Amino acid sequence: MITAERKPLEEIIEYIKPFKRILLLGCNECVTVCSAGGRKEVGLLASGLQMARLKSGTDIEIQQHTLERQCDPEYVEEIVSMIDGADAVLSMACGCGVQQLAMRYKEIPVFPAVNTKFMGASERQGVWAERCQGCGDCLLGITGGICPISRCAKQLMNGPCGGSTTGKCEISEDVDCAWQLIWDRLKALGLTERYLDIMPAKDWRSGGGSGPRKIIREDLAE
Amino acid sequence: MENFEPVIVAFCCHYCAYTAADMAGTQRLPYPANVKIIRIPCSGKIDTLHIVKAFEKGADGVYVAGCLEGDCHFKNGNVKAAKRVAYVQKYLEEIGLESERLEMVNISAGMGHRFAELASTMTEKIRKLGPSPVKAAAAL
Amino acid sequence: MKTESNLEKVLAAGHLAVTSECGPPRGCKPEEVVAKSKFLDGIVDAVNVTDNQTAMVRMSSLAASVIVKQQGLHPLFQVTCRDRNRLAMQADIIGAYSLGIDTMLCLSGDHTKFGDHPQAMNVHDIDSIQLIQMVKDMRDKGIFQGGAELKGSPKMFIGAAANPFADPFELRVMRLAKKIAAGADFIQTQCIFNVPKFEQWMEGVRKMGLHKKCYILAGVTPCKSLGAAKYMANRVPGMDVPKDVVDRMASVPKEKQADEGVAICVETIERLKKVEGVAGFHIMAIEWEEKVEEICQRAGLLPRPQV
Repeated sequence: MITAERKPLEEIIEYIKPFKRILLLGCNECVTVCSAGGRKEVGLLASGLQMARLKSGTDIEIQQHTLERQCDPEYVEEIVSMIDGADAVLSMACGCGVQQLAMRYKEIPVFPAVNTKFMGASERQGVWAERCQGCGDCLLGITGGICPISRCAKQLMNGPCGGSTTGKCEISEDVDCAWQLIWDRLKALGLTERYLDIMPAKDWRSGGGSGPRKIIREDLAE
Repeated sequence: MENFEPVIVAFCCHYCAYTAADMAGTQRLPYPANVKIIRIPCSGKIDTLHIVKAFEKGADGVYVAGCLEGDCHFKNGNVKAAKRVAYVQKYLEEIGLESERLEMVNISAGMGHRFAELASTMTEKIRKLGPSPVKAAAAL
Repeated sequence: MKTESNLEKVLAAGHLAVTSECGPPRGCKPEEVVAKSKFLDGIVDAVNVTDNQTAMVRMSSLAASVIVKQQGLHPLFQVTCRDRNRLAMQADIIGAYSLGIDTMLCLSGDHTKFGDHPQAMNVHDIDSIQLIQMVKDMRDKGIFQGGAELKGSPKMFIGAAANPFADPFELRVMRLAKKIAAGADFIQTQCIFNVPKFEQWMEGVRKMGLHKKCYILAGVTPCKSLGAAKYMANRVPGMDVPKDVVDRMASVPKEKQADEGVAICVETIERLKKVEGVAGFHIMAIEWEEKVEEICQRAGLLPRPQV
């Protein structure tokens, strides 16, 4: 999923300072799963903003709504009727959702209420960790299912570096050495000889090196 | 604010604090009427949103009362509640409310005295802090 | 001979080679590079010039290498993958060779987290092994990494680093094999304090015949003080300083610790000389360059051969 974290309240308050009627929009997808911008977080933020504004003596009206997906035009269309009653939109979706809103509703300011972080997986309740950088040319098939691009602090494709100590990365004891994990997997799978193959320099064009990326499925595209 | 009577919401676990409140009643122990008790099936049932909403709707103080450590009927609901309380305490600071207005307490079903005492100390603490700045602003 | 590198000539002639290090200054102080060079003049076969070591901004390794060269020494130009992409690195390599630098070391680089610009983006467009491959292709095939023809190849003697003390230990020899397969001509190891563990690693190296495919320079460092020994033991990732070394430093009074550190270093060199496959020494006397001569003298590494 795409993970996110709420921005500091102070920053959000600053964005919406000039506006009275706010449409606060959550998203039911990734940000709901990582507890950053779903229905509940919308409620929490609305309540917090309400109180902060009351305290500062300025009026605010907050309409709360959570869309099925903010990154799809069909769902973004749903709020046509609500937009008229708002001076600004505050989105708790990832950056994709915020932009979808901004592109569709050109006349109204749209602000992000979360910081979009990374593509990750849930390690345990309440803990999410980065797993993919969307390099566009997946290596997992040859690295034992562990990604060196997203999980090695130096993106080494022929690791581990000299800083790997007892399975941990030199940058922090909280970070596993990706190459230790890869090596353990290759051993478990009986594929250790594969380690000796030199992985060639990566072609970053697929990873954003050639500008914004797009996927077009001819059979589906209209 | 000379006549300030704080409104305090106490989310009380059915298995401990709520029973303790009952006991305080049967023992005829006086405690301030400022404390409004809301029974919950376990302190772990408390949600961050419940707490924040209580403040938004005018509470000057809130506390969540769960079982003593290790005594939760649902294993660790009280531990979860304590984490949520800590989370909301930080959020209150962001909003501009004193985090002392919110507390997590642990109590057992037999502690009628302790319940009455907690209700009094919490009421006194909030009385000293004064009305919630949110409520105060809304009243203007 | 693949290159004109003095280091290659010394090694090819079968001498135990000696290299040392010069960390460029954190400011426009070329005189510091000159001063450090003076300490090493006639003492070593090549001088490593570090590339923003420990992720702290310093005078560029290319510029400092040129200054070292101007002093009549042989710079060993270090390049890390942390700060530059493949375009910048190739440009620097061409530039370095054009300025008479013919020996280099290919590194991944310390993470920015450890330096004074933790806010910076780590580049890592390619890794150290891919860098080795790139330099080798530039030299031997006359092509850029992107495949285009290169007019006037940089004839670099290519070095790489190896850390026998990092984990997983069983991978350390295989990783060396990868670096050699990629094109490394020589290796400089991490500082050796734990000689038995190094010997164990060298056993694996010999088993794969790697010592015959490239020159291995064993890294050594004199401890300046007990504090320095403790710091390396506890705080530097991938360093293995056994307790007996720390204890030995602690056993002498503070004013004698520097001498003890030099003594340990000299003894380590003597022990390493007996290890089959060791082709020379890389003496890392960090901010203590003036001691390199004494160490070399006492370890019987002087005078340096003229090749």
